[in-house]
Amino acid sequence: MSQTVEIRWHGRGGQGAKTAALLLADVAFKTGMYVQGFPEYGPERMGAPITAYNRISDTPIRVHSNIYTPQYVAVVDETLLEAVDVTAGLRTDGAIVVNTTKSKSDILPHLRGYNGKVYTIDAKKISMATLGKYYPNSPMLAAMVAITKVMEPESFLREMELSFQHKFAKKPEVIHGNMEALKMTFKEVQ
Amino acid sequence: MAIRERLSGNEAVALAIKQINPDVMPAFPITPSTEIPQYVANYIANGQMDTEFIPVESEHSSMSATVGASAAGARALTATSSCGMALMWEELYVAASNRLPLALTLVNRALSGPININCDHSDSMGARDSGWLQIYAENNQEAYDNMIQAFRISEHKDVLLPIMICQDGFITSHAVENIELLEDDVVKAFVGEYQPEHYLLNPEEPMAVGPYAVSNYYMETKMGQRTAMNHARQVILDVAEEFAAISGRHYGFFEEYHLEDADYAVLIIGSAAGTCKDAVDALRANGKKVGLLKLRVFRPFPAVEIAAALAHCKSVAIMDRSDSFSGNGGPLGAEVSQALYNARSNVLSVNYIYGLGGRDIRVEDFEDIYSRLETIAETGTVVDQYDYIGLRK
Amino acid sequence: MAITDISNITESSRWQDITTGNQIYGPGTSVAFQTGEWRTQTPVWNADKCKQCLLCVPVCPDSSIPVKNCERTDFDYDHCKGCGICAKVCPFDSITMKEGQ
Repeated sequence: MSQTVEIRWHGRGGQGAKTAALLLADVAFKTGMYVQGFPEYGPERMGAPITAYNRISDTPIRVHSNIYTPQYVAVVDETLLEAVDVTAGLRTDGAIVVNTTKSKSDILPHLRGYNGKVYTIDAKKISMATLGKYYPNSPMLAAMVAITKVMEPESFLREMELSFQHKFAKKPEVIHGNMEALKMTFKEVQ
Repeated sequence: MAIRERLSGNEAVALAIKQINPDVMPAFPITPSTEIPQYVANYIANGQMDTEFIPVESEHSSMSATVGASAAGARALTATSSCGMALMWEELYVAASNRLPLALTLVNRALSGPININCDHSDSMGARDSGWLQIYAENNQEAYDNMIQAFRISEHKDVLLPIMICQDGFITSHAVENIELLEDDVVKAFVGEYQPEHYLLNPEEPMAVGPYAVSNYYMETKMGQRTAMNHARQVILDVAEEFAAISGRHYGFFEEYHLEDADYAVLIIGSAAGTCKDAVDALRANGKKVGLLKLRVFRPFPAVEIAAALAHCKSVAIMDRSDSFSGNGGPLGAEVSQALYNARSNVLSVNYIYGLGGRDIRVEDFEDIYSRLETIAETGTVVDQYDYIGLRK
Repeated sequence: MAITDISNITESSRWQDITTGNQIYGPGTSVAFQTGEWRTQTPVWNADKCKQCLLCVPVCPDSSIPVKNCERTDFDYDHCKGCGICAKVCPFDSITMKEGQ
């Protein structure tokens, strides 16, 4: 059977975890992969915990269930660590990436004994430094690409630049900031 | 050449509609189908298509306007889900009995109550006796392909029946997946221009649509509908063959996945078939003779073909994504059982209900179902007939 | 001209001979459908008493009072069902109802 990377995203309604999952699917698609990006839907409520998923594979993906034993988990909002069992089913050979201002050792006690790899990224710092506003999306996306290695950072950055050029055709001034956020993330994620 | 893309199921169907460029689309939004008219309205606003979009005040009106447009001679369609379809109930039957070849792209969602926005098939299964053609999709690709074939089937002179193109709410409608698209001109040539033989806006031939039929005419009219539905069998296969020629993708009444030599079979409709395929592969790797029959066409119901395809199996699980509350399982269970009985089949069958209100079904669930089928075949007894899969007990 | 000859569609027609979706192609097919035979009472017009006020014409539910050159003529008994509304509205007693056809 083929190797399929399974990723679960945890965020709060309005923070863009779903968008990040769809962006990851998008950029992986552009590098020639088979992808799935889908949210777990409920009534849409700003601030409520939401889950989104990615499957990325080199062969067609047929399974249509949610992901229960992900290789990777992305936590877009650290306050979810208390509210949601973010490491549920997370494979020990995988990793969790948490957006936080805290250090790894501060985060560990909240991960319910998870003994796989733990990464942190301060998306707020990066976002404020490069965009002047808090959009956790771009840093989280770059962090997931850096950790999961589903594609080469160079091709990721190339595809993202093209997609920003398209998305921000009417406000090109934000393209540079977004690209800087991605690049900075690759250096900062630890 | 095929265009490699990644789209959600809703985007895929909206894109098919753009390529078909029908004459009229009345619509009213309801989750999870809302995006379809939203995308179409965008395409129209951007000048990418010239369909007359009619924003209406309810689904009763959207189907009424679609019926009216179709009777007038337009190629017309609408989109809805769940309770939206329930509000169309009267017009569903009107469309079918007036023999109007319009289309409905349905994004399957549970009916209230309890109120729920997620996928099951209770909406379209409830309308199974309304006289509509019903075609279901496993993924975004099939939803797109089925939409492109829709009008060729419904508008065929031997058919002239409304067609429902169904896909699973959220599971495929909101999941972005890879897809292969056809070029606009290829779709345009395949679908062709709609040339109704009779239509209300023809000044050369004034006509009456939907006259009252007293008892002395009603059954004769219904026989006409039933005959058209039977004619649709060949038309569906012919259109699928033509579609294969432009797309390389083959469709029939159903897809058989490792069914040919299977002892144990699952019969299912929709997105969960893909999940089941992974279970089949995993079990086949362990030497288990398991297979899948994924039903694509539910109306007309390919009873004889299903019974023949399952004839060699020892046991089969008929999977319903809606309950009929008859106390005797779901609609698919009832119809497949009838097919097996009429064919004097020796296959032991069990009818499981799954996925109501969006309840997830996993590869492991299917593996468990196959193991139950093995036990059923070994013991010769069916236990847990009509079981709910994934229920907390 | 109507394509659908409704005289060929009767209560003894086979299902194969009913039009698709009961659609009726062509205008004015109701002319061929003679509802006059349903009548149990029949209006009788007295032309001598009639002032040609034409009040009876618009109230007739079956358009069975033909008007020519601004004057009504005798009833269209092929379609009049004998409801008696014309007799009721006539201010000059020029329409009377008789029993039977």
